[in-house]
Amino acid sequence: MRYLPLTPHDRAEMLATIGVASIDDLFVDVPAAARRGGLVDLPLHAGEFEVEREMMELAGRNRSAGQGPFFCGAGAYKHHVPASVDHLIQRSEFLTSYTPYQPEIAQGTLQVLFEFQTQVAALTGMEVANASLYDGSTATAEAVMMASRITRRNKAVLSPGLHPHYAETVQTLAHAVGMDIERMPLAIDAEAEVVAHIGPDTACVVVQTPNLFGTATDVSKIAAAAQAAGALLIVVTTEAVSYGLLKSPGAMGADIAVAEGQSIGVGLNYGGPYVGLFACREKYVRQAPGRLCGETVDADGRRGFVLTLSTREQHIRRDKATSNICTNSGLCALAFSIHMSLLGEAGLRRLAALNHQAARRLAARIAEVPGFQVLTPRYFNEIAVRTPIPAEHLVQLLADHGILGGVPVSRLDPGAGMDDVLLLAATELTRPADIEILARATTRLLSQ
Amino acid sequence: MTMNSVGRPTRPEGEPLNDYLHPTLTGARGLLQDEALIFELGGWDKTGVDLEAPEFDASDLGDLVRAEPIGLPGLSEPEAMRHYVRLSQKNHAIDLALYPLGSCTMKHNPRLNEKAARLPGFGDVHPLQPISTVQGALALMDKLAHWLKTLTGMPAVALTPKAGAHGELCGLLCIRAAHEANGQGHRKTVLTPTSAHGTNPATAAFVGYTVQEIAQTADGRVDLADLEAKLGPHVAAIMVTNPNTCGLFEREVVEIARLTHAAGAYFYCDGANFNAIVGRVRPGDLGVDAMHINLHKTFSTPHGGGGPGAGPVVLSQALAPHAPTPWVVHGDDGFELVERAEGQAEAAFGRMCAFHGQMGMFVRAYAYMLSHGADGLRQVAEDAVLNANYLKAVLSAEMSPAFPDGPCMHEALFDDAWLEGTGVTTLDFAKAMIDEGFHPMTMYFPLVVHGAMLIEPTETEPKAELDRFADALLKLARAAKAGDVDRFKGAPYHAPLRRLDETQAARKPRLRWTAPEAPKMAAE
Amino acid sequence: MRFTKDHEWIELDGDMATVGITAYAAEQLGDVVFVELPSVGKTLKTGDGMAVVESVKAASDVYAPIDGEVTAVNDALSTNPETVNGSPEGDGWFAKVKVADTAAIEALMDRDAYEAFLQTL
Repeated sequence: MRYLPLTPHDRAEMLATIGVASIDDLFVDVPAAARRGGLVDLPLHAGEFEVEREMMELAGRNRSAGQGPFFCGAGAYKHHVPASVDHLIQRSEFLTSYTPYQPEIAQGTLQVLFEFQTQVAALTGMEVANASLYDGSTATAEAVMMASRITRRNKAVLSPGLHPHYAETVQTLAHAVGMDIERMPLAIDAEAEVVAHIGPDTACVVVQTPNLFGTATDVSKIAAAAQAAGALLIVVTTEAVSYGLLKSPGAMGADIAVAEGQSIGVGLNYGGPYVGLFACREKYVRQAPGRLCGETVDADGRRGFVLTLSTREQHIRRDKATSNICTNSGLCALAFSIHMSLLGEAGLRRLAALNHQAARRLAARIAEVPGFQVLTPRYFNEIAVRTPIPAEHLVQLLADHGILGGVPVSRLDPGAGMDDVLLLAATELTRPADIEILARATTRLLSQ
Repeated sequence: MTMNSVGRPTRPEGEPLNDYLHPTLTGARGLLQDEALIFELGGWDKTGVDLEAPEFDASDLGDLVRAEPIGLPGLSEPEAMRHYVRLSQKNHAIDLALYPLGSCTMKHNPRLNEKAARLPGFGDVHPLQPISTVQGALALMDKLAHWLKTLTGMPAVALTPKAGAHGELCGLLCIRAAHEANGQGHRKTVLTPTSAHGTNPATAAFVGYTVQEIAQTADGRVDLADLEAKLGPHVAAIMVTNPNTCGLFEREVVEIARLTHAAGAYFYCDGANFNAIVGRVRPGDLGVDAMHINLHKTFSTPHGGGGPGAGPVVLSQALAPHAPTPWVVHGDDGFELVERAEGQAEAAFGRMCAFHGQMGMFVRAYAYMLSHGADGLRQVAEDAVLNANYLKAVLSAEMSPAFPDGPCMHEALFDDAWLEGTGVTTLDFAKAMIDEGFHPMTMYFPLVVHGAMLIEPTETEPKAELDRFADALLKLARAAKAGDVDRFKGAPYHAPLRRLDETQAARKPRLRWTAPEAPKMAAE
Repeated sequence: MRFTKDHEWIELDGDMATVGITAYAAEQLGDVVFVELPSVGKTLKTGDGMAVVESVKAASDVYAPIDGEVTAVNDALSTNPETVNGSPEGDGWFAKVKVADTAAIEALMDRDAYEAFLQTL
């Protein structure tokens, strides 16, 4: 077995050193009835090329995003990731290290986290950011819990544009802790309506921009209304590239900003692993979930970084911790940070502009297809369109013709009454020719 | 007040000691460069990504457009390579040396698994593509589920939890949903041993349960009498790690399960240490109702400097109907994905996260399982336990094992009795290990053992490396006992940095870089 | 000044009491990095958690030594938590409490009794 270095000779020698006759003597504490003499009913070990063959066979049964025209978004986006990003995150010292609990020999990871936190704070326009959470949806749920701790109130209002998976993740956690969630029915451009739902018991309102339908909203007035009522505003973003073009959550008055960071540096990966971004006002930082990296000095006065404010966390506070989180999304945060360093502000702004341009081209062309109507009034790189046949059916027809033609809203929320609404995303990778193929194929399929 | 002083000194003591090191003029240490932050490298108008200029402006977005500077520096590709390679060299890693962090399972990460996860058919697939275009991904999830169920002897598994603690949350939510469905929603107490991982009480409290501790016996196991006394109609579940955090198998686990079930509660097993028994013992045979499996421990997906992990939860028949969505089923035309808690998924408690869990980790873990097979996985457990017992035997020459009688499982636990009178603490000893080229073991955990040192070598260490490690520790132990206190108090001397001032970091938190005097880079 | 077995001190002036943690406690905790104080106006019952004091690696609950209402807290601790180490039984006080039943304080240990109690630990 190529991964197991001990030889039979080693094992015999080691058993002798321990002073036992056989390996079974080391398992004597297992109740006899539960000791399995033979092997479990699974295949035996396999060589590298045999395993690779099976993995390639399975992978080959999936259609990958890069295989043809691709327009899926709704919380996960296909962007170009520079080759150097993947090379760097596979360096042994990043890939095969643990959480940096021994800062003297983990400055690589720690400095990256400090840089990551600074980048995320800048992008979101917030004062501080943590070292990442699992993904955007769990970050949103954690933000709602945090708002409840800060305000000592028990209710959250979820806006009509919040991704249904995010809303369901919030509901799961809220149900667990006994919070009330008011989830507004899906609507394309009605984020501002949350204001009417803010009451004296509201801990927070959760607003997404750009929202599920791609609608970008200036949430400044919502922030003011929430804060006037003693509630916090949580701004959710599922497309981090939008920070390069749109006003930041911080500039619009957000108290907590969370995002899915997958767009920068991380692949689609069929839904995970991704990286949750979490930023907030500095005065709330002791109520924040997850790891935080801070600057300090070593015994010789040299600058260094450590995990800090860890008394919030489960390994110290145990049942009084702010969250039960133990892991962040370290390697994805590293990928995010490297990609962001390569882009820089100039690159990010240009990348965002190209995304917006691609979406405008897409919107203009798809509006020409008979029976189609663009529904999103202001968008970054994603639009909702009305389809003349059920969107789910259209998407399947397109897939059968080699086009991954977006995400039907009915898949995310069948009860929304939006069976004829399709979400289409475009990025810097979407060429005018791809848009043309989509438009023509759609026209042809609908005429049949 | 509670006098919680379990922590440890976190400020370097005494004056800087440079006896061991002649300071350099630049701050570099040989090949180790003194690397600035990206914000200090000056690339405010630089980019390492070539993108065409857009033809459209964003005038359609009006005042939604971000006008103010963001404050992000850029690096060209060569600069980026240098920056991150220099930083990487300041990290310890499994690929460098034995990484004996008890409870964390730092084992070799096979590179085939990395290659597999990067196949476009896995890495470049969108989570909301039509089901007909992701049959291979669903097949992989189904196969992974089959292996996990077979290895644990459990009938069901929820794949979506994103890490071990997320898995604990999932398991407790299943338990809560089952109790509520059975009219037992009034059960609000969770019992955990004093030696539990911090995540256990944190998770239980998070879900709204009151945590009560179960005492431990002198031989490091759950005190059955205390458990029996604390079980009752108010108890929802017990959370027990097995093998436990002292590295010992709970001999009475079957009785623990029986008592728990007799009291109407569920048995949640923290599966962090499943790597010690995989292929040899099935938790399903022990009466477990729910157990998370850290794929990044037992099935060796990389730790990546702190994640991403993955924490699927295997479930008993009683809990299976309450598992969160989504899950994979066999349909008429291949695999289907049940994404919503309606219809056939009515009893599900909801959704743990967006999409379908850590697919990238599923691919790696499945490749790991295929490579090892039933025979290799059994060997994994045996070699992990053998390596730990070997270190326990060898190190006992100078160090005091916390539980000397009988074998340990995959990790060897020592206390600090052997350091008494030396003036050297567990922390000092650990920091001196850094100078000798090894990552310290887990320290001061579990809390039930004074000055605990928890050593987990894993099965991927060759005997020569175990001997090299043991030799270093024995030499250090003798140095401590011989009064060479400076070696320990000032350690590490040879690491990229000396001991860091964690007190300053916590008192005056600096959590982001700020420009010394560059107003244009100020936050908006 | 009176003391509890949980290492809080309390000093009465009329019906107003000042509460903090003892020098022994501050020494045991090590470097204090943060103190979470109760809100002014909060009603305390003896034994309730009234504050949390954090060192780098540990967080400890401080219990109310007496029934009463919080009338002031030592806000200076939020910017200078090290005062708890430097002057635990002086400038490092936590809260001022309006006490309903001053007699209950008399039942607590005096300094000699507390010193003797510490010898038993």
